[in-house]
Amino acid sequence: MSWLTMPRWPAITVGVAIGLLECLTFLLLDKPIGCSTAFTRTSGLIEKALRGNAAAEKPYYRLFPPVIDWEWVFVAGIPLGAFLAAFSSGTFRIEWVPSLWTAIFGTGISRRLGAALTGGFLVGLGSRWAGGCTSGHGISGCLQLALSSWLASAAFFAGGILSAILLFSLPGR
Amino acid sequence: MERIHLLLPDPAKKPAALILGILFGFLLQKGGVTRYETIIGQLLLLDFTVLKVMLSAVLTGMLGIEILLRFNLVALHPKHGSFGSSVIGGLIFGLGFGLLGYCPGTAAGAAGQGSLDALFGGVGGMLLGAAFYSEIYHRIEPSVLRWGNFGDITLPELLRTSRWKVVTAVAALLAAVLAALYLAGL
Repeated sequence: MSWLTMPRWPAITVGVAIGLLECLTFLLLDKPIGCSTAFTRTSGLIEKALRGNAAAEKPYYRLFPPVIDWEWVFVAGIPLGAFLAAFSSGTFRIEWVPSLWTAIFGTGISRRLGAALTGGFLVGLGSRWAGGCTSGHGISGCLQLALSSWLASAAFFAGGILSAILLFSLPGR
Repeated sequence: MERIHLLLPDPAKKPAALILGILFGFLLQKGGVTRYETIIGQLLLLDFTVLKVMLSAVLTGMLGIEILLRFNLVALHPKHGSFGSSVIGGLIFGLGFGLLGYCPGTAAGAAGQGSLDALFGGVGGMLLGAAFYSEIYHRIEPSVLRWGNFGDITLPELLRTSRWKVVTAVAALLAAVLAALYLAGL
């Protein structure tokens, strides 16, 4: 069982396993794997809790009602699985600032959180705008050969490469 | 021909989804793609782990789904798109992707390995971004989202050729890119 305690598995092994997991999801649940819809449902649930049913009447929430469906449960399973994987290899650790960020931008927590919050906002906005994320378009949509997914995935990485290169070449960082 | 299916009954869907989600999170973490360093390394074109995981997942899933389609066991669910939606939305996502260093699925996974920037910044920011989108949806839906609309068309439909030809060509392309990455030691 030494593979279970390994901190990293080969990328291809993980990719092939994710591809098989997709087939299983299509077979058992008749839907591709996707993550970002669950964020819309959660934001709808929060708005509904804070502002009442009027929030749920927004046109977008009529399209994606604020309910806990099986896709939401799937996304809730992700941190559990990642915890088990990190715990099994002894790599679980509470960390506010990733080491690569620290090396370039220093140890300040607020700076990192500010960037992550801004980036998170754009990722949340962009994934709903494009109708999917790196899982729903990048893996599930591309493997179905959907034109929307190939275009969106190219845009995800074009934007991401531009943004990361600009950020890491900021003058006086 | 009627579809033979192994679909789960409704009460079994959430438990099954939980198990599949746990497996997905487990794989993402073991693959190293829940680490900020791995994702930023990919976007800076220094570490190709993300690409290797994604291309091998697409290759395996594409061939698997194609076989299951032949046996009438699955149905396809390609998403609708337009230039205004897929490309503009994708670029907004990308700009955030480089700042955050996680995507929705890997941020959820990173939270599980103890990365609190992914939890508070990533998941928190994504919820705000999704809420903001629900505010502007009714304004961009009749305009931007319809620019260059092409619906849920797939590559074989676009190229007016058989699925198998496209699957074979894409599989060969993905395999060649993966082989090139390994040969280049990336």
